[in-house]
Amino acid sequence: MAALPRESEPDGDIRLADPGFGIYVHWPFCAAKCPYCDFNSHVPDTPPDEKRLLAAYRAELAHFAALAPGRTVSSVFFGGGTPSLMSGETVAGILDAIARLWPLAGDAEITLEANPTSAEAARFARYRSAGVNRLSLGVQSLRDDALAALGRRHGAREAVAALETARSLFPRFSFDLIYARSGQQLADWRVELAEALALAGDHLSLYQLTIERGTPFFARQRRGELQLPDDDLARDFYDLTQDLCQSAGMPAYEISNHARPGGASRHNLTYWRSGDYVGVGAGAHGRIGSGAGRRATAAIARPAAWLGQVERLGHGLVEDVVLDAGEAGEEFLLMGLRLGEGICLARHDAIAGVPLPRDRIANLLAEGLLERRADGRIAASASGRPVLNSLIASLLA
Amino acid sequence: MTDLSHIRNFAIIAHIDHGKSTLADRLIQMTGGLTDREMKEQVLDSMDIERERGITIKAQTVRLNYTARDGETYELNLIDTPGHVDFTYEVSRSLAACEGSLLVVDASQGVEAQTLANVYQALDNDHEIVPVLNKVDLPAAEPERIRQQIEDVIGLDASNAVPISAKTGLGVADVLEAIVTRLPAPKGEPAAPLKALLVDSWYDSYLGVIVLVRIIDGTLKKGMRVRMLGTNAIYDVDRVGVFTPKLVATDILGPGEIGFLTASIKEVADTRVGDTITEDKRRCEKPLAGFRPAQPVVFCGLFPVDAADFEDLRAAVGKLRLNDASFSFEMETSAALGFGFRCGFLGLLHLEIIQERLEREFDLDLIATAPSVVYQITLTGGKEIELHNPADMPDVMKIAEIREPWIRATILTPDEHLGAILKLCQDRRGIQTDLTYAGNRALVSYDLPLNEVVFDFYDRLKSVTKGYASFDYHITGYKASDLVKMQVLVNAEPVDALAMLVHRSQAEARGRVMCEKLKDLIPRHMFKIPVQAAIGGKVIARETIAALRKDVTAKCYGGDVTRKRKLLDKQKAGKKRMRQFGKVEIPQEAFIAALKMDS
Repeated sequence: MAALPRESEPDGDIRLADPGFGIYVHWPFCAAKCPYCDFNSHVPDTPPDEKRLLAAYRAELAHFAALAPGRTVSSVFFGGGTPSLMSGETVAGILDAIARLWPLAGDAEITLEANPTSAEAARFARYRSAGVNRLSLGVQSLRDDALAALGRRHGAREAVAALETARSLFPRFSFDLIYARSGQQLADWRVELAEALALAGDHLSLYQLTIERGTPFFARQRRGELQLPDDDLARDFYDLTQDLCQSAGMPAYEISNHARPGGASRHNLTYWRSGDYVGVGAGAHGRIGSGAGRRATAAIARPAAWLGQVERLGHGLVEDVVLDAGEAGEEFLLMGLRLGEGICLARHDAIAGVPLPRDRIANLLAEGLLERRADGRIAASASGRPVLNSLIASLLA
Repeated sequence: MTDLSHIRNFAIIAHIDHGKSTLADRLIQMTGGLTDREMKEQVLDSMDIERERGITIKAQTVRLNYTARDGETYELNLIDTPGHVDFTYEVSRSLAACEGSLLVVDASQGVEAQTLANVYQALDNDHEIVPVLNKVDLPAAEPERIRQQIEDVIGLDASNAVPISAKTGLGVADVLEAIVTRLPAPKGEPAAPLKALLVDSWYDSYLGVIVLVRIIDGTLKKGMRVRMLGTNAIYDVDRVGVFTPKLVATDILGPGEIGFLTASIKEVADTRVGDTITEDKRRCEKPLAGFRPAQPVVFCGLFPVDAADFEDLRAAVGKLRLNDASFSFEMETSAALGFGFRCGFLGLLHLEIIQERLEREFDLDLIATAPSVVYQITLTGGKEIELHNPADMPDVMKIAEIREPWIRATILTPDEHLGAILKLCQDRRGIQTDLTYAGNRALVSYDLPLNEVVFDFYDRLKSVTKGYASFDYHITGYKASDLVKMQVLVNAEPVDALAMLVHRSQAEARGRVMCEKLKDLIPRHMFKIPVQAAIGGKVIARETIAALRKDVTAKCYGGDVTRKRKLLDKQKAGKKRMRQFGKVEIPQEAFIAALKMDS
C-alpha cells in the first residue's frame, strides 16, 4: 500500500470506515418486461424450476465463499428481475446457504425487491419469516395513467396497499419512483412526490427516467413519440426533488437515493464505498479485494446458459478479471462521488497508486462544483452533483 | 510504331455523371482491351477516392486497336483527363497531347459550366470536337433540345452529334467510327530529334515514377538517355510501353503515339507536367510551349487530433507528395493545435481529397484550419511579403497595402435560380461581368475575391440552386483590398486556428455567424462560455454558451460498476476528439463547420 491517509476517515460511524461485505442475489425473471428497463430480466415460458435454481445459487455461493472466506456479511440484497416472484422457501434456502458459508452480522440488512401487485404482496409475510428485514418496492408512480405508460402491471391503489402491507410487516422499507416521465409536468410531480413523502418509510429511491439503448422506449423516443424534458427541465425536476425531500427530512445521500437519518441502504453503500460484494445469479456483478488486485466478476446473463454452466463448473461466471490500479481508482471515484459523504482523497490515491491531479481538484473546488467537507472528505457540491458525469470526466480525462 | 495516318489521339470531355467513364469502359470493351473478367466498372479511375466520387485526379491513358469499317486497323489513344477546375493545368496538358475530343453531354441534363470550360480549353488546343449525346435511352432524354443547346451555348455544330447509350452500348460503334473519320491524325517527324510532352506522372511502388508521354517528333526507345528541358534532369530510360489499359512494354514509341516511360525516377516532384523530354545527345531545338509549374492557391493547416500522431502525419504528407507534386507542405506550430503542417493546394477539391486520403489511407484523425488564400502584402518599408496564414499577419501599423486574389467565375444555371445566384455573388463582393441566356438556361459570369469562395461558396451555390447550377473559375489576378484579421475568442482565449482575414465590410456579419455557429458546435460545459469575434481589441460579435445543467446517470445497476467505467471510457474517447482551449474543449468538427457561412 502507498502512503498513509493524510485526511482522516470520518469518526463516529464505524460503517463509514468499513464499507461492509454484501451479497447480491439476482433473480432474472419477470412476469413482463417493462418498456424502459434494460436490466437483465427475462420472461420465462414456463415457471422457473426453483429447486434446481436454489441448488445453483448454493453452488455459486460456495464458489465465492472460497474466494472471500471468513468475511462477516453485513447485507444481502435480492434484486432482479422480480425477486418477489420467488417462493418464500427459495429465499429461505438462499439465506440459509449464506449463513452456513459466512458469519452473518447480527444487524445484517436483508433486502428484497418486490413489485406491489396484490399477488406478490400475499407473499410478503413469508419473506419476512425467511429472514428478510427490508423490502424495496418498485412502485414507480402513484398515478394510474403513468403506471400504464410505464408498462407496469399494478395500479396506484394496489401499490399503496402493498406499501401498507410492507409497513406492517418489515422494520424497514423503501420504494422507487420514476420522474421526468414523458409529458410529466413539474407541478404534477410536486404533488405526486409530496404524496410519496407522506407514505415513505425510512428510504426513497427517486430516479429520473433514463432512455436506454435496446429498450422499446428507446425506439419510441427515436420515432419522436416521447415528450421527455430537455436537460434544463430535467434539472428543474431534479432541483424540485432535492428541495421537497430535504424539507421532508429525507435528503439525498446519493444522487437518486434519499433517507431519514440511519435509513440509508447499507447494501448500496457497500457498492458506492467500493466495498466488497459477491454477486450470484445470472448477470450478477461482484467486486472482491481492494486496490490493484481487486477482482471484478460478472455472470452469464441468459438464465438457461448460466444455470447450465453452474451445474457443470460450480459457477456461472463469464468474466473474472483483476482490475489494475487505475481501473480500481476510477471505480472508486465513479461510485464515491455519487455520495453526499464524498470520498477520502488519500484513500483514492492509495487505491489508484497515483494521486488525483490536485490542480484539477483545486479548480473544481474554486468553481464550487466540488466541496471539502468539515471531515476533510471531498464531495460533489449541490451544483456539482447534477453534472457529475462531466465533473468526473474533467477529473479523469 | 504505327504510321501517323493510322493514329488518333483523343480526350473525352464531360461533366461529372454524364457518362465519361462508362463510355471509356465501353470503348475498351468493344476493342478488346480487356476481357470481360478483367473489366471492372470504370476501369480508368483507379484510386478508391476517384471511383467513389466519380472524379478523375490523375490523367490515364489507354491504347485501343480498332478495325474500322474501311478494313484498316487504327491505333486509338484515349486520354482520360481530370475533369475538375482545381486541375485545370493538368487538363490543358492532357488536351495538348491530343488532336481531338469527344464532348459527352447527358441528353437530359445538358451542358454544364465545367464542360464549357473544358471545351474552350480543347478549342484553344485546336481540337476537332465530336459531340456525343449520352443516355438517349432514358425517358427524360431530349436529344434535340440538348443538340440545340450545344449549338447555342458552345457555338459548336452539333448536327452530326452521335446519339448513344454508353450503358447499353447503343451507338458506341458509331463513336469509334467517328473517331477515325472525323478526328485528324497527328503530325510528326520520325527522323527528327526526340521531342515528347510530359503529360502526367505518378508513383508506382514497383516501378517508381511512371511518366505519361506524347511523342511529338522522333522516337523514344528503351535504353535512351533523355533530358527534361524544364528541370535539366537526365535519366536513362528503363522501360517504354503503352497501356491497354494493362502496362505493356513496346520498347519504342514513335511520333503521334502516347505511352509511358520509366527511368528510376524517385519522386513525382522530379517530373513536371508540361515539361519537354528529348534525347540528351541529340536535343530538339525548342521546348514545347505552355510549360508552367503548379501554383498552390489555397492553404490550410493540418494538425493531428492526437499530438502523438505528428510523426505519422509527417510520414503521410511526405508519401502523398511523392505522387502529387502540386501539393506542398511546411511545418507549422499553433498555440492551440500544437505541431502540424501548413499545406498548399490547387483548390478546394484538391484540399478535400488530400485530407480524405490522409484520414483514410493513413488512418489519421486531422483538424483542418480555416482555408486561406495567398495574400500579398506591401509593408510600410516597401518590402513585399506573401501571407499564407492569417496567424502570421504583421501588425496593421506596418502594412501599406494588402492585395487578395480574384477569380472569374462562370456559372451556368436554370434561369429560375438566377436571382438566388446573383444575391449570393453580390453578398460575396462579386462584380457581374456577363449574363447571357440560352433557352431557359442562364450563363452568368462574376469577378469574385477567391477568399469569398474558399469557404463554402460551392456548397451554398449547390444549396440555393438545388444542385442545378454548375460552376467553374480561374484566377485573374490580385487587387488591393481593405482586409482585417478577425480573431475568435472562446472563454476569452483566442483560438488561432479560427482566425481569418475578412473584408472590413463583412467582418461583423461573419463574426456574428461564426459566434452563432460555435455556440451550437461547442458542447455545454459545467460553466458558461462567452464566444466572441474581435478585430484588434474590439469585440464585434458575442454569444454565450449556457452552462450544462444535468448529465448525471440516474441509476446504478446492481453493482455493475463496469458499465459506469465503460461510459467513462466513452467520455474519454470523446474528449480525445476535442481540443483544449484554456478550460474549454472544442470538438474537431467545429473547426470546419464553423467556417461554413450559410445563414
